[in-house]
Amino acid sequence: MSTAKVVLETRGLVKRFGGIVPTNDVTLRIELGARHALIGPNGAGKTTLINLLTGTLEPSAGSIWLDGADITRLAPHRRVRRGVVRTFQINQLFGGLTPLQSLALTVARQLGLGAGWWRRLGADPRVGPACDALLHRFRLEDVQGQRVAELAYGKRRLLEIAMALACQPRVLLLDEPVAGVPEGEREEIFDIVNALPAEVSVLLIEHDMDLVFNFARRVTVLVNGAIFAEGDAATVAADPRVMAVYLGEGGHG
Amino acid sequence: MSDTPVAGGPALPSTPPVQAGPATAAPSSSAARSLRGYSRWRWWELALFAALPLSWLLLPGQALLLNEIAIVALFAISLDLILGYAGIVSLGHAAFFGFGAYTAALYAKNVMPDPIVGLAVAIAASALLGLATSVLILRGSDLTRLMVTLGVASILYELANKLDWLTGGADGLQGVVMGPVRTPFGAFEFDIGGRVACAYTMALLVACLLLVRRIVHSPFGFSLQALRDNPLRAASIGLSVHARLVVAYTIGGAIGGVAGALLAQTNGFTSLDVLDFHRSAEVLLVLVIGGTGYLYGGLFGAVAFKLLHDLLSAWTPQYWNFWIGVFLVVLVIVGRERLLRPWSWGRR
Repeated sequence: MSTAKVVLETRGLVKRFGGIVPTNDVTLRIELGARHALIGPNGAGKTTLINLLTGTLEPSAGSIWLDGADITRLAPHRRVRRGVVRTFQINQLFGGLTPLQSLALTVARQLGLGAGWWRRLGADPRVGPACDALLHRFRLEDVQGQRVAELAYGKRRLLEIAMALACQPRVLLLDEPVAGVPEGEREEIFDIVNALPAEVSVLLIEHDMDLVFNFARRVTVLVNGAIFAEGDAATVAADPRVMAVYLGEGGHG
Repeated sequence: MSDTPVAGGPALPSTPPVQAGPATAAPSSSAARSLRGYSRWRWWELALFAALPLSWLLLPGQALLLNEIAIVALFAISLDLILGYAGIVSLGHAAFFGFGAYTAALYAKNVMPDPIVGLAVAIAASALLGLATSVLILRGSDLTRLMVTLGVASILYELANKLDWLTGGADGLQGVVMGPVRTPFGAFEFDIGGRVACAYTMALLVACLLLVRRIVHSPFGFSLQALRDNPLRAASIGLSVHARLVVAYTIGGAIGGVAGALLAQTNGFTSLDVLDFHRSAEVLLVLVIGGTGYLYGGLFGAVAFKLLHDLLSAWTPQYWNFWIGVFLVVLVIVGRERLLRPWSWGRR
């Protein structure tokens, strides 16, 4: 256990859907600058936990803390404004807008201009350059003017992550960021995630064990909604119980 | 609205990698140029805006008809803002039209006859109605929104019917005498030919169109499209979905109220008809004919609808509704794009 500052924390978090308990008494600490992975077999409750952290779902019991403040009942958009940002396992995009419009809106919102109704989108001189940088990094320049609904899957996946980064996350929750992305482009996405400033804390859900153990310094294993094992990456990788549970049940992908 | 900049300033990474050096690269930013392009005036937009006063100038004999079309167009544009942009389906948009109409008529009759003051009061009243009823459309599916909006319009209809000491009930509100329209260029009395009425309506149509154009090109306007497409993601980039819906519904209601007030003022009369279900259905039809979500659908739809209406009712007075129905089915099945491009009909 290091003594680094805890940024995001859950205390005894529980979520029940009728008789099913997808999140069962989860106490999780994400430290400042963490490269933290959340793994577990299918149905272990990983996405449910992300939904609880972002406020999409309300917990049945327990609490969520950000920088020592209780955010358990905070609305999802307010958590984003405090820096808790996520990407989705299944792309959630604005199909009728273009990538440029989507990013410009996100950047404008980040600058506090999201409710401005008089000046046009992009009138602020800070919006354009920020969009340029994002479009360039995510190789979306040549499709920036096409409708998002018409983009190829790979491009939409990149936009999904670009929009999260445009929110300038302090805690970034990546829900299977490379799901469905071809082999060659996975590295690209991880290069971008790895290049985030050290102060940004990252919680990653991923099935590809190579990626997980290349990326994460700390690993939490979730089984049946509860924390099964937690520790630094090497320890967890060597834990025979984890091998049994994870590789035995879920297999690889 | 409470759109605050990102919280916790000092804790932010001092130079986030996604942001280029602030403002330094502005002139060479291709994104900035592209963004500017979205709101640039197109030639056909300018032509459209020029056509409005020109039609008034060149067709003096048709002023009453033009007035009627302009009012329907404005009503449809207000629906486009909430339906086409914010994605709120409504079967009760007549609630705002009727509320604006009755407010303007009652104000002229009971308080003072100045049309511009009356219009301002009607705008305020319908905006308040939009604000108050917006809580009903925040949650729920499209179906619940259809039912709730329909319900609100029905309630107002019955209220106007029952409060006959105030509204004249089923007989309508008679004896509304309007004063002259006071402008910097002089005061103009509404004339029997409708020339002043038409100019007054056209001026407001242009003003509202300019305002809505401004709105839909702003971050607020884009955030409406964003939450229409995906409310979950809209919240996940920090947009307050509820606040947006409330404001959009309020603005849409206010402009719908302008359309109603214009009808009452230029006709010097209002009746239960302005709150009737057929108003809500018709404006939806007009917008579907003209197309949603690109700002001018209401205008094109109103002209097309009126021309169709007049054409069909001259040809077959009793069955024009039948042919409107046929047209609508063809429009939806074939698609507007294809229907407007006859040369593409042969191709697959």
